[in-house]
Amino acid sequence: MPRREGTYGLLAEFNTPGELVHATEEARRAGYRRMECYTPYPVEEAAEALEFHKNRVPLVCLLGGLLGVTTAFLMETWIAVWAYPLNIAGRPLFSWPAFIIPAYEWTILFAGLSAGFGMIALNGLPQLYHPVFNAPNFRNGATTDKFFLCLEAADPKFSSVDTRAFLEQFHAVSVVEVDH
Amino acid sequence: MATKQPINDPMIDPRTGEYAVIAPGHNFKSVTQKIAGVVLTSNTPLGWFFGLVVAGGIATLVVISVTWLFLKGVGIWGVTMPGAWGFAIINFVWWIGIGHAGTLISAILLLFKQTWRNSINRFAEAMTIFAVVCAGMFPLIHVGRPWLGYWLFPYPNTMNIWPQFRSPLAWDVFAVSTYATISVVFWYIGMIPDFGTLRDRATLPLARYFYGMLSLGWRGSTRHWIRYETASLLLAGLSTPLVLSVHTVISFDFAVAALAGWHTTIFPPYFVAGAVYSGFAMVLTLAIPIRKWYHMEDLVTLRHLDNMAKVMLATGSIVGYGYGMEVFMSWYSASHWEFFMMWNRMFGPMGWAYWMLILTNLAIPLTTLWSRKLRVNVGFLFVLSFIVNIGMWFERFVIVVTSLYRDYLPSSWGTYKATKWDYMLFIGTWGLFTVLFLLFARLAPMIPMSEIRMMLPQTKITRRGPDAETVIEETT
Repeated sequence: MPRREGTYGLLAEFNTPGELVHATEEARRAGYRRMECYTPYPVEEAAEALEFHKNRVPLVCLLGGLLGVTTAFLMETWIAVWAYPLNIAGRPLFSWPAFIIPAYEWTILFAGLSAGFGMIALNGLPQLYHPVFNAPNFRNGATTDKFFLCLEAADPKFSSVDTRAFLEQFHAVSVVEVDH
Repeated sequence: MATKQPINDPMIDPRTGEYAVIAPGHNFKSVTQKIAGVVLTSNTPLGWFFGLVVAGGIATLVVISVTWLFLKGVGIWGVTMPGAWGFAIINFVWWIGIGHAGTLISAILLLFKQTWRNSINRFAEAMTIFAVVCAGMFPLIHVGRPWLGYWLFPYPNTMNIWPQFRSPLAWDVFAVSTYATISVVFWYIGMIPDFGTLRDRATLPLARYFYGMLSLGWRGSTRHWIRYETASLLLAGLSTPLVLSVHTVISFDFAVAALAGWHTTIFPPYFVAGAVYSGFAMVLTLAIPIRKWYHMEDLVTLRHLDNMAKVMLATGSIVGYGYGMEVFMSWYSASHWEFFMMWNRMFGPMGWAYWMLILTNLAIPLTTLWSRKLRVNVGFLFVLSFIVNIGMWFERFVIVVTSLYRDYLPSSWGTYKATKWDYMLFIGTWGLFTVLFLLFARLAPMIPMSEIRMMLPQTKITRRGPDAETVIEETT
């Protein structure tokens, strides 16, 4: 990964979720693409404004669940029929109804772990350092009561003068330049 | 709904006549400060230390009795033939049942969009985990040689032996270990954004480092939030069948055995309802002092207490139906053994336990909880929560002991008498549970801040319409 230097982007701070969503929609309309909102609680409208729809957590969860049920059932069958056959009250070695219960539990175990850790991995966490933390006002509000929009310098349309003027028209509390 | 409360009570919503879920006047900052303040304050209330010392003292009983148990073996307990299952299994089922309300609150009520749960779900989940810790200990030390407990799991070994998957006891291992794992994951994931808040608000470098690590660098990015919400919903959707299956599997430990009083098909639903019943009682036992000591009456309101009491009323009625059906079936089955078991349960030498159960689990709660006045009477609910948990403990006692001590052959009848070691260990687990809960209340946000923020009126999105004049209002 190349060493990143210089400006990461411009961070605008808003007091209400409505202002944030409005600014995000306008930025999108103006042609900005590399941007992100930071909010103290999930704001679904902001995700819509960002046109973020590629959420692969459900797929990861499904694959985990399928892996869990297959692993558990095949393991039980292998153990009960081949590895360690036991005669339990004359029941067949392949007594599959009894195997359903551990398989059911492992479906949930694998699916749950995949959903949880899959979400963390898809989010790129843990990531203890991020440029937005360099903004002096970010940590004061982003996880408490303020709403942030960051237009990133990687966007071809980004220019530190024009983008700042663009963000300032939405009554932002402040617009701060964030360095890497 | 008609109400006799004065209409100017600020806690009552004038439109519905119901108690408000959150007291009016809160904003994003005030809820954050209030909840984070409990954790980040540098002056811990003296009562907390006092509670920790007392609970820690009680928890040492666990250490003492388990040490003696490991030295002498399970012979120090009251378990013997025919009562081969005693306090260990009773306490196991009782504790794990208590845990179930936590999962119910965090998962099932989330799926049903019952947003009032947001205030209580975090500590209910914590309660689940600590209850599972207490519960999980019992079967492990009951196996006799707990240092070989890992033999329960399927793993390749030089002895070339494997678990027997037709046994409910093997199912238990899978159910309880899955339950413990998923509960911890769900609880931790729920806390990640709040750890981010604590990291940003902490002033001590050590606290900032500690919560920073736990938050995994959470920064509230919208893309993260969407995946996070999906994962929470999926975990809720997975925990719901899980919580139902765990107590079902535990009831199979009994129901699969061919013993009068155990061999019945009503056990799974009746165990699950009983679990939720006792769990909600425990949530009340914990919520009532917490909201008082930490002045959280505006976040955990009378609405929560009222709703929880209603859930108890519903699940208590299901449990009552279960008892009635057990009695009916022992008559309707026309089985001599079933009939005797029920007669012995009610009027035998341990009949007092059965009537104690009926009194504490049915007679007291199911007559009083219908009254709204009593459902919002904090003192009454606090006492009732203890009564119900005593009742639920007696339920497990009655099921385990009275079915075992007089079975088919009168020549093999016996009795069951718990020893001081049984009592010490059981009482010790209360201390252990309380110690864990006090540590949680001090070190982690007890109430999910991000979810409380979502319930505030400020989340309403006001934005300009296409013609820049009309204002479109949407609620999140």
